[in-house]
Amino acid sequence: MEIFSMTIKELHKNLIDKKISPVEILDIFYKRIEIVEPKVKSFILQTKELAYEMAKKAQERILKNENVTELTGIPLAIKDNMCLEGVQTTCAAKMLEGYLPPYTATVLKKLEDAGAVFIGKTNMDEYAFGSSTENSGFFTTKNPWDLERVPGGSSGGSAACVAADMCAGALGSDTGGSIKQPAALCGITGLKPTYGRVSRYGLIAFASSLDQIGPMTKTAEDNAILLKYIAGVDPKDSTSVPYDVIDYEKNLNKDIKGMKIGVPKEYFIEGIQEEVKESVMNAIKFFESKGAKIVNISLPHTEYAIDVYYIIATAEASSNLGRFDGVQYGLRDNDADNIIDMYKLSRQKGFGKETKRRIMLGTYVLSSGYYDAYYKKAQKVRTLIKNDFASAFESVDVIMTPTSPTTAFKIGEKTSDPLTMYLSDIFTIAPNLAGLPGISIPCGFDKNNLPVGLQIIGKPFKEEELLNMAFVYQKETDWHTKKPKL
Amino acid sequence: MAITKKDVEYIAHLSRLNISDNEKDEYASQLSKILEHINRLNKLNTDNIEPTYYAVDTKNVLRKDIEEKSIEKEKVFKSAPSIEKNGFKVPKII
Repeated sequence: MEIFSMTIKELHKNLIDKKISPVEILDIFYKRIEIVEPKVKSFILQTKELAYEMAKKAQERILKNENVTELTGIPLAIKDNMCLEGVQTTCAAKMLEGYLPPYTATVLKKLEDAGAVFIGKTNMDEYAFGSSTENSGFFTTKNPWDLERVPGGSSGGSAACVAADMCAGALGSDTGGSIKQPAALCGITGLKPTYGRVSRYGLIAFASSLDQIGPMTKTAEDNAILLKYIAGVDPKDSTSVPYDVIDYEKNLNKDIKGMKIGVPKEYFIEGIQEEVKESVMNAIKFFESKGAKIVNISLPHTEYAIDVYYIIATAEASSNLGRFDGVQYGLRDNDADNIIDMYKLSRQKGFGKETKRRIMLGTYVLSSGYYDAYYKKAQKVRTLIKNDFASAFESVDVIMTPTSPTTAFKIGEKTSDPLTMYLSDIFTIAPNLAGLPGISIPCGFDKNNLPVGLQIIGKPFKEEELLNMAFVYQKETDWHTKKPKL
Repeated sequence: MAITKKDVEYIAHLSRLNISDNEKDEYASQLSKILEHINRLNKLNTDNIEPTYYAVDTKNVLRKDIEEKSIEKEKVFKSAPSIEKNGFKVPKII
């Protein structure tokens, strides 16, 4: 097996057996990147110098057998909305080209402490606004399974990078589906943890009541490993929750006999691709064959989730993006002779179309006279959506649905109508509004050889149950081991 | 409810965004379409429903008031568009 195709688990075994060193692994990955990256375009920045520095440190740790963790010497890719001190962090926005954060995000600090190696910063939709990376201020990432199609988004760079074997694993962030949807479209395993499970300190904010960082990997086992190192409460993020972090990896391979799986009828509606439905139903049957019980459930407010989401997420975004005003960092227009014009011109030049659209929608729903009609109304319907899940979870342990209604769509297919683009997140948005954890795992392919994703939604802080279900499935299926031809 | 070009101008001003004339028409039609979709929420009666601000209940999170070193200003100024002495320089305000 090629080194670059190995899982984190396999690489770790080779590292501790001293069959290969972190620097040698890094050489192999950068060689792989040289060949594949021109086609896929995952990276905004390859952090070579830093990566070799980190690999050398990891090498020393392994040689001395000191502080060796499962991530020591493992090359990981990082979505470009997580701050790394002194290393350009752009959120794929022209506004932040050249921005050097003065501090490092907690998740990256944790990975650094574990001895991981940062191979590069990956492309995304600008400020994470999108489902395809087409809104990136720089370029569109290609789906490794079909270079004419999108990788999904907004963490499309991270998903494509993992699928194309240009890293061993990656971090993404998820607000309305930005980890799960690209994971599905690229055929990898992506987990959006419970809101509050992972620190958001140093994650450039999109919608603060929804954003969550999570692992994107080749297997459920790798996902469990990565989560263990990034989860936990952080004094620097007051919304992180002091809930015990367990050894997710040790919890894998538990018997799922008697587990109750809820299948909500609202997620198998007309308009979803037939092959997606079929693959997901087959996956559910697999769990049934392992002794799980299938329970038909209803989440009656599902259809309103997208409306609630586009009010809450844009409202929070319009407020969060107020900080990009050309004063302390980022692009500034120098032609203005007063400060208001400087704000307006800097923001005109620095923001892409979708960013402006979302800021305006968010500003509108928060503006005087509309606040109650839109923003408050949305928060109330959010309660109804949350209650739907709470009552479903009284009778089931997990819920299974498709991750996205279709497989990867063609580049350009949905750019002219923002509403159709928004609908590609229709199945990931509702659980996110309720703050619930969810995982997407590959469960089949359509006739164009494009991967299909199964979404498993869990109770708050029960990531271990999702990872275990995913692990049990991957032990006996091989969808997750299939590789795109590049 | 349809968003007019004038509405777009007003929202753009509140958002501190300069937008071109062409964009105004485009945004007016796109935002109208999105709002039309969003208005479906009015079908639901939410009179006695409490709003959810955060999905996971959190109360005030307090910490001890301990002195800590803040980020060095040299690091912060590295990405600043314009600085003078110890501050960010901006065009005339008043």
